Amino acid sequence: MTDRAKSYTLHVGIVVLLAVLFFVLPAYHVGNLARIMVLAVYAIGYNLLFGYTGLLSLGHALFFAAGMYGFGMSIHLWGTPTALALVLGGLSGLVVAGIVGFLALRTRDVAFMIVTLMFAQAGYLTILYFGPTTRGDEGFVVSDAGRTLFGLDLSDEATRYWAALVLLATALLGTAALVKSRLGRALIAVRENEERAQMLGYDTTRLKYIAVVLSGTLSAVAGAAYAILFGYVGGTFATVQYSIFPLLWVLLGGAGTTIGPLIGVIFMFYLIDISSGFTDAYMFIAGVALLILCLFAPQGIAGEIRRRGLKWLP
Amino acid sequence: MLEVDNIHAAYGRAKALHGVSLTAERGEILCILGRNGAGKTTTMKAIMGLLPLSEGRITLDGANIGSRPAHERAAQRIAYVPQGRRLFPELSVEENIEMGLIAGAAGPKVKAHVLEMFPRLAERLHQQASTLSGGEQQMLATARALCIQPQVLLLDEPTEGLQPSMIDLIRQVTLRMKEEGLAVILVEQRVDAVLSIADKVVFLENGRNLETMSADQLRADPAKLHSYLGV
Repeated sequence: MTDRAKSYTLHVGIVVLLAVLFFVLPAYHVGNLARIMVLAVYAIGYNLLFGYTGLLSLGHALFFAAGMYGFGMSIHLWGTPTALALVLGGLSGLVVAGIVGFLALRTRDVAFMIVTLMFAQAGYLTILYFGPTTRGDEGFVVSDAGRTLFGLDLSDEATRYWAALVLLATALLGTAALVKSRLGRALIAVRENEERAQMLGYDTTRLKYIAVVLSGTLSAVAGAAYAILFGYVGGTFATVQYSIFPLLWVLLGGAGTTIGPLIGVIFMFYLIDISSGFTDAYMFIAGVALLILCLFAPQGIAGEIRRRGLKWLP
Repeated sequence: MLEVDNIHAAYGRAKALHGVSLTAERGEILCILGRNGAGKTTTMKAIMGLLPLSEGRITLDGANIGSRPAHERAAQRIAYVPQGRRLFPELSVEENIEMGLIAGAAGPKVKAHVLEMFPRLAERLHQQASTLSGGEQQMLATARALCIQPQVLLLDEPTEGLQPSMIDLIRQVTLRMKEEGLAVILVEQRVDAVLSIADKVVFLENGRNLETMSADQLRADPAKLHSYLGV
């Protein structure tokens, strides 16, 4: 079996496994998995920039919130049809990422991190400033009509699960194809060494800009999906915490691996879920577990699996 | 034809080149010689666009490329194999070659051509680049550069730290590049290697041209080597 075939089999296998889990897991875990899958799409978007292009952003909450508010506000303010509101959500992320990328890529390394963080903070403060319209930190609930897409009621547990799975499958398989494409290989060249990539003829500025826009748009799509599937839009999702989460998920799962973001979200979600059942100090337990993982698997779970044997893992 | 005309360049405020000129014709090996700090590598970097010029011109077939960024010069088919090889160490041999193929918009024919030139790489396609020997890394760096099908090839100390059999292989490949019509600009410390393959030699000192001569003239007057390089 070729590496490409192995990769295809793995990704399709994961999607099939998630489909089977719907039928065998209790309702509580089905609900959790739907949320995990949407957040994994966000992490996959983040991984495109951080894991594959080597750019560490501390402001991805801005893109997630752009998608969420682009979708939610258009329904909340103008009663836009759901499908169009979803498109507006994705477009919001694309435009915001286009602007942020254009400005932030004039810097590099630590300055890039700071600039993206500042943009995200500005976005969060903008949501608070226009509180009478955005409802600030309190947020607002998406109407039932806004959660119905092509006749499907996305507030229904089962429908929500399948919608989240379709979204995750698209993001997962799309990323697997992207990283094997010419563009994906070029992004990896930038990550590995920008000057060497330039020497070979890669326009690294253009490539990094493409990565920011792709990553930001996918994060925004995840934000819009979160709003429609879970029916809530709030300023919390624009806080710095939601910029740190995807970084942690990707680091834990394995930066620069296609399945790492999903693994990272599952791991962290259940680590907090289970430890909070034993103690109020669950963040302490989570912290210790993360520390151990970082010490013994610095490339993340999927990165470690790749290092130890599955070299073909994309 | 690549023409470098009176170029000046600096690392920050430290001037490194004070007016270097040279001409590399197709089907010719031009060697840059000089003591440490003479400006040999800096000249290569300036030609590749990795160091901005403060004065002077670089033209390729008459078109001024001196102000273009490195990736545009690579697109003009100028390839650079830097000192120390500078591979993508975490990637496999095949992935490193693919990086060159993608950059050069080249297909399997070019890949087959470079692997035929370096059969040892064909045996190690899935091996991580950082685990190759020095000679194999040099082969890979050269193979990757050839994937963009260059018309000008810049080789910076390709035999540094290599065993004699590898040096001979690199020498043969360089000669083959010349026969295939490339303009090869070579920076090399090993004078014996230079004299055996070069067509033309440029001596540099303190970032300036000292003298340009044919390799035949140098072979006939080896005292120049002692005078310029102290060997």
